[in-house]
Amino acid sequence: MAAEHSIAPLPGWAAATLLPLLNLLAAFAVSGLVIWAIGESPLDALKFMIYGAFGYGEAVGYTLYYATNFIFTGLAVSLAFKCGLFNIGGEGQAMMGGLGLAVVAIGLDGLPAILLVPLSILGAALFGAAWAAIPAWLQAKRGSHIVITTIMFNFIAASLVSWMLVGVLKAPGSQSPESPDFPEAAWLPKMHELLAGIGLEVGSSPLNLSFLIALGCAALAWFFIERTRWGYEIRVVGGNPGAARFGGISVSRSFVLAMLVAGGMAGLLGLNELMGLQHRLIANFTMGYGFVGIAVAFMGRSHPFGIVLAAILFGALYQGGAELAFEMPAISRDMIIMVQGFVILFAGALEHLFRPQLTWLFGRLRAIGGTGV
Amino acid sequence: MPPALDVDGASMDSPDAGTSASAFAIEAIGLEKSFGPVRANAGVNLALRAGSVHAIIGENGAGKSTLMNMLYGLYRPDAGEIRVFGETRHFGSPHDAHEAGIGMVHQHFMLVEDFTLLENAMLGFEGGALLAPQKIAATARLKELAAQYGLDVPMDTKVGDLPVGLQQRVEILKTLFRGAEILILDEPTGVLMPQESEQLFQIIDALREQGKTILFISHKLPEIMRIADNVTVMRQGRAVAERVVADTSEAELAELIVGGKVAREAARSGAASPTEILRLESVSLAKKKDAKETLSDISFSLHQGEILGIAGVAGNGQSELLEVITGMRRPTTGRIIFEGEVVADANRYADARELRALGLGHVAEDRLRNGAVAVMSAEDNAILGYHGSARYARKGILDRAAIKSDCAALIRDNDVRPPLPGLAFGKFSGGNQQKIVIGRELLHSPRLLIVGQPTRGVDIGAVTRIHDQLITMRNEGRAVLVVSSDLDELMAIADRILVICEGRIVGEVAAEEANERNLGLMMAGRRLEDVADGPGAGNGC
Repeated sequence: MAAEHSIAPLPGWAAATLLPLLNLLAAFAVSGLVIWAIGESPLDALKFMIYGAFGYGEAVGYTLYYATNFIFTGLAVSLAFKCGLFNIGGEGQAMMGGLGLAVVAIGLDGLPAILLVPLSILGAALFGAAWAAIPAWLQAKRGSHIVITTIMFNFIAASLVSWMLVGVLKAPGSQSPESPDFPEAAWLPKMHELLAGIGLEVGSSPLNLSFLIALGCAALAWFFIERTRWGYEIRVVGGNPGAARFGGISVSRSFVLAMLVAGGMAGLLGLNELMGLQHRLIANFTMGYGFVGIAVAFMGRSHPFGIVLAAILFGALYQGGAELAFEMPAISRDMIIMVQGFVILFAGALEHLFRPQLTWLFGRLRAIGGTGV
Repeated sequence: MPPALDVDGASMDSPDAGTSASAFAIEAIGLEKSFGPVRANAGVNLALRAGSVHAIIGENGAGKSTLMNMLYGLYRPDAGEIRVFGETRHFGSPHDAHEAGIGMVHQHFMLVEDFTLLENAMLGFEGGALLAPQKIAATARLKELAAQYGLDVPMDTKVGDLPVGLQQRVEILKTLFRGAEILILDEPTGVLMPQESEQLFQIIDALREQGKTILFISHKLPEIMRIADNVTVMRQGRAVAERVVADTSEAELAELIVGGKVAREAARSGAASPTEILRLESVSLAKKKDAKETLSDISFSLHQGEILGIAGVAGNGQSELLEVITGMRRPTTGRIIFEGEVVADANRYADARELRALGLGHVAEDRLRNGAVAVMSAEDNAILGYHGSARYARKGILDRAAIKSDCAALIRDNDVRPPLPGLAFGKFSGGNQQKIVIGRELLHSPRLLIVGQPTRGVDIGAVTRIHDQLITMRNEGRAVLVVSSDLDELMAIADRILVICEGRIVGEVAAEEANERNLGLMMAGRRLEDVADGPGAGNGC
């Protein structure tokens, strides 16, 4: 009898594409109202924003550079979410990943790039994973709520890295909390340099090889979740822990495994920011990307492909927003954060706002068409 | 403020008032409701004589729930009319239905477990900012109602601490308190043991005598014969027949429900082999800090070619027994031996996946709670518990082609509808969900199948199929352990029935000697010897 309640749901493709699109439009519409209220033209603002994010080569570079960060942190949230865990600790895991990366890159100075780059990446992933595994283990064995522990671990990670940066890792003679520069062998090449190598001229931007690594990670994450036995077990635990026991799946093992993979992804944030751009470890390099990753994961519906799209959207908001603030002085940096806030609100918190209307519309279309979709 | 109750209000006086507005409590005329392309209700007509018990019966998906939900204001009909005591009504919400005097007792109770009867009844009718004045009035009113209809319930116990039968009385009292003249009971006996069901029927009798109208939804034909005055049979969204219960038979109703003759079940043939397949030796289970044992000293054995039934009142250790046997829990003491091999003792136990690899399959008693993952596709659910087998996973990588072809076979062999492997498990109807979780185990030809509640919430056609499947396993020399709260089911398929009460096996009867009386008394905690001596009250189980 239960079937009668669930007849004619929204088709999957519509839920995955139209719904986020409507949410985005709603966010822009409300933001437009605010911009109009302070006496600026919403249309002009939109134009500046889109041009600033996608209008020329350099802009695209910056957009994708920001997107790289969001892909890593978005995956970190969604992989844990597949197991039913809300990982608020992307920020701390990224921080620790940066520390691991710096320790390897500086400690193994002298190795050739072909060894140093993979080892540094490994260091980043391992430190991030280990940092995530502790809350996972505490959740599995002691029942400590992972939302609380991962938040706490963000603070601990930040303090730990700061402490390292004013002590062991401090660059000699420097007045600021930062490490010495990494050896050049640990630098990731910029995309415009790589493209110049094959004869393509593009504007220079911080976009570097880690963007491709991030895309690779998204593909790997999909394969891991959908096509491996461990991914399957993680999905079962996330979907129904009772069914996991029924199927002989260890819930605690899946918790730890999911968080290891999630923490590893977050740890890779340092590839883009440190190996690609700063070339040294600095305090607070994570800049809140770990938290925005939560919104990215929601908007991308925890699907790796969706996360890449959502990451590019947020990259465009960051880059286009900066450009907008520059072009229209009345629109301050705070206004840009407000626009991002609306996007998070509509795409994340109010994700299903338009679902009933859309479902109704599809029901009507089908009734008129007379065919089942 | 509790609404004013007019038990003998104008509408209730005489059922024989001819064509006047009072003859029918509810009239549904040409009710239509479609969900997308599916017509869940295609012009349903229904007339409930005031002061009668009217039953509605039909298979899963026949449209019963849709009809109820329209009468209760949860759905708006696409077309048609609902009249309550002769007056046309348009329900925008259940609140409107309450106003019109319609109350509903859902299959899954809508109670706040941490609240008492009083607090549950007052929910939504708290009156002013202070509760005390309302509480006094409400307590008096509830006591009066309880006395009037024989609905004995402790007032000050948290509802969650009450047994299921009493929780149901709380629900009924709650609807009466809110002024219901017409009560819709949605499969009310699904959660009750036979003795409790009989008590419920007495309550229903009392309600009818005092002029209430009851709409009774059930799968069980004997209950309808026992309690209803009239019965409407639904099939494929239509009310296909209405009968006066006194003039019909179970056989006729069964045929009307499925729209043809009901196929006979496969018969058990051949005796059980002496070869033991499963043995439990003094198995006990206790929570760590709590000394109380949920299972104590359970020993029995099961042979090839045998169906062993376990009967008992829900909550007497059946769930725990299932979990211990199927590797979901470690016994505190004792041993479990499967095909000569110790699979569980106090120190180590094989988990559910390892047991399946050995040939011990398990169909969970509550498929949505732990038998499947509602949000995952049928295809993904089809490998749960077997996902580590060499057939589905090589070096940790899932073999999608093998999974796809096995799921297609499962759907075909078990007639799962709709035949969509990609559809989320939770979107299938209860009966089809059960076909999937049973088909999943049968696909791997287990030598022993442990089944909890094989046909809970499953329609008549599917029940026959499932029983056939279990009996076929038995006749092939494999073995089945069935835990069920449906005694008719156990008596129909089992070779032997064990009765469990308060975590102990209190008796064993061969299928030929089992009847509702001796099983029911043992379920209430009386030993087999006492049962043979004569009737008497149980010692509290």
